[in-house]
Amino acid sequence: GFGARLNKFFAQFRTVDEDFFDDLEELLIESDVGYETAEELTDELRDEAKLKKAKSRDELKQVIVQKLVDLYDKNGNSEDEKLIYRPDDKPNVYLFVGVNGAGKTTTIGKLAKRFKDQGKSVLLAAADTFRVGAVEQLEAWGKRVGVPVVTGKAQADPASVVYDATQRAIKEKADYLLVDTAGRLQNKKNLMNELEKIQRTIKKLLPDQPTETLLVLDGSTGQNALLQAKDFDKTTKLTGLVLTKLDGSSKGGVVLAIRNEMKLPVKLVGLGEKAGDLADFDAASYAIGLFHGLV
Amino acid sequence: MAFENLSERIQKALKNLTGKGKISEDDINKASREIRLALLEADVNFKVVKDFIKKIKKESLGKEVQESLNPGQQVIKIVNDELTKMMGETAVGLNKSKHIPTVIMMVGLQGTGKTTTVGKLAYHLQKKENARPLLIAGDIYRPAAVDQLKQIGDKLKVPVYSEANEKDVAKIVKDGLAQADKDKNDYVIIDTAGRLEIDEPLMEELERIKKVAQPDNILLVVDAMTGQAATDVAKGFDQRLDITGIVLTKLDGDTRGGAALSIRAVTGKPIIYTGEGEKLSDLENFHPDRMASRILGMGDMLTLIEKA
Ligand SMILES: Nc1nc2c(ncn2[C@@H]2O[C@H](COP(=O)(O)OP(=O)(O)OP(=O)(O)O)[C@@H](O)[C@H]2O)c(=O)[nH]1
Ligand SMILES: Nc1nc2c(ncn2[C@@H]2O[C@H](COP(=O)(O)OP(=O)(O)OP(=O)(O)O)[C@@H](O)[C@H]2O)c(=O)[nH]1
Ligand SMILES: [Mg+2]
Ligand SMILES: [Mg+2]
Repeated sequence: GFGARLNKFFAQFRTVDEDFFDDLEELLIESDVGYETAEELTDELRDEAKLKKAKSRDELKQVIVQKLVDLYDKNGNSEDEKLIYRPDDKPNVYLFVGVNGAGKTTTIGKLAKRFKDQGKSVLLAAADTFRVGAVEQLEAWGKRVGVPVVTGKAQADPASVVYDATQRAIKEKADYLLVDTAGRLQNKKNLMNELEKIQRTIKKLLPDQPTETLLVLDGSTGQNALLQAKDFDKTTKLTGLVLTKLDGSSKGGVVLAIRNEMKLPVKLVGLGEKAGDLADFDAASYAIGLFHGLV
Repeated sequence: MAFENLSERIQKALKNLTGKGKISEDDINKASREIRLALLEADVNFKVVKDFIKKIKKESLGKEVQESLNPGQQVIKIVNDELTKMMGETAVGLNKSKHIPTVIMMVGLQGTGKTTTVGKLAYHLQKKENARPLLIAGDIYRPAAVDQLKQIGDKLKVPVYSEANEKDVAKIVKDGLAQADKDKNDYVIIDTAGRLEIDEPLMEELERIKKVAQPDNILLVVDAMTGQAATDVAKGFDQRLDITGIVLTKLDGDTRGGAALSIRAVTGKPIIYTGEGEKLSDLENFHPDRMASRILGMGDMLTLIEKA
């Protein structure tokens, strides 16, 4: 489990002293955890160490490990981290939302491949009718992974494309319908309303859907990600996050702050541009990634 | 996330100081914490913040407080002046070649806005100089990237050079430039695929394109929402390519955009344009002073101080 892996990880740590806590705080800030969260976490760890009267460095390490595990457990359990699939509830509709360029379309392409490889029937809805080349991009993914794509006319109302796609998915009893939407910044009122309308359209035909409404977050995003999570959640109640581009030099630390504040689980991570570069979120390796520089 | 206004914070921290006179070390230390916090919340890189605070301390210590200001306001003024200076005090334009075409090459991470900016720049140059640009589709990897650029070209009635089955991007660029020579285009704008600065083969590809194209401008396109990694990214691209400038995109959002400061600090290269939306007309010249107050999260207070 998480604790055991962290234990093993901390076993390779260099000496733990006051410098250690300073380094820890710096490291957390540099991972985009945010100043407040970083300070809070470091203080808690420091206090905990004092409280437990950790005498030796080894004891100190133990205290920190325990604290991290507690913190992790407090923020939800690992059950939520799995994508939901309800076999009796076909089609399972997944709605992808997020700011411009975060990786929505690519994630849909990758996930379509995963489901297809599991032998499931998948349909894609090209509801980004706004950005030039967006429909062609999703079509190219559909072709690459062998999954049909429902499209509308350019500049058509995205909700109408979603309506058509949902009807077709119902008729064909597809296992999954993955809905791509145009990128939008969360401070744009009319674009957010359009998104709300898309979700409403799905509910009109299938009141219990979407099964998942996923916010796709670029892993290199700084503190603005918190505002993204809040505003998208307000518009279309989110069920989870997808954290992309973790193959770069960013650690996606802001997710820790989002998790602390909103209890939203990360369900998937993007690790590259190829169809296979998608993984389930693993909290332990994520946490270890955050502390990587301290080894 | 309570983004308390920095000027309010500093005022609060220095509330008990009534004396005019000189700014003391104690004042500065109190203010420093607030400045540090504000900059980190705006996503300025941690190390850049450290250096910046050092500079502010040196600048402020022992400085006379101006007649019309209180000590808090004086510190804010110093912070704002210093930040504006770091952002580059005046607006900088594109490098122009002596003979046509002037070549512009776009580089950057995935999804930052390179292709969109190619279109915006072409539109901007059309409007401003009646230019006749040629666009080169140098992204052969992303699905439908060429389609995207072609549709932008169609909208603008600007030619787009692409080759369907060529795997060597440097060759496409070379052929595109030959086309531009023949057609006497005054600008060539090269779109490239998004890539990580740590992706060795793809960074090498950019070096090859640079060698072939001898661009007058290499513009690093950076998403204004980028967090702490902005310094690594900018350094990575600059060290390999010696970029000439920066385009900061998606500033129409509500990010504070501290990445702008980080990038300036590590590359010293000017921010030339900002992206303010998805439309082809949403490109602006960079305004250092506006960016400074945006990062600091300061509104009316600043105008007040500027008048002092
Ligand atoms: N390195 C890396 N690149 C990624 C990853 N996910 C997506 N990308 C790239 O990021 C860029 C943008 O991805 P898209 O899927 O088009 O993003 P989007 O959110 O659909 O963008 P818009 O529809 O324009 O808002 C593309 O170049 C993708 O190949 C990832 O996990 N790692
Ligand atoms: N709101 C806003 N969106 C922008 C801006 N610039 C670009 N975009 C959007 O950001 C997304 C990505 O833009 P692209 O131009 O495709 O980015 P890119 O860097 O070419 O992406 P790759 O080629 O995949 O690396 C698209 O949805 C654009 O419409 C901007 O200034 N503001
Ligand atoms: Mg998309
Ligand atoms: Mg592009």
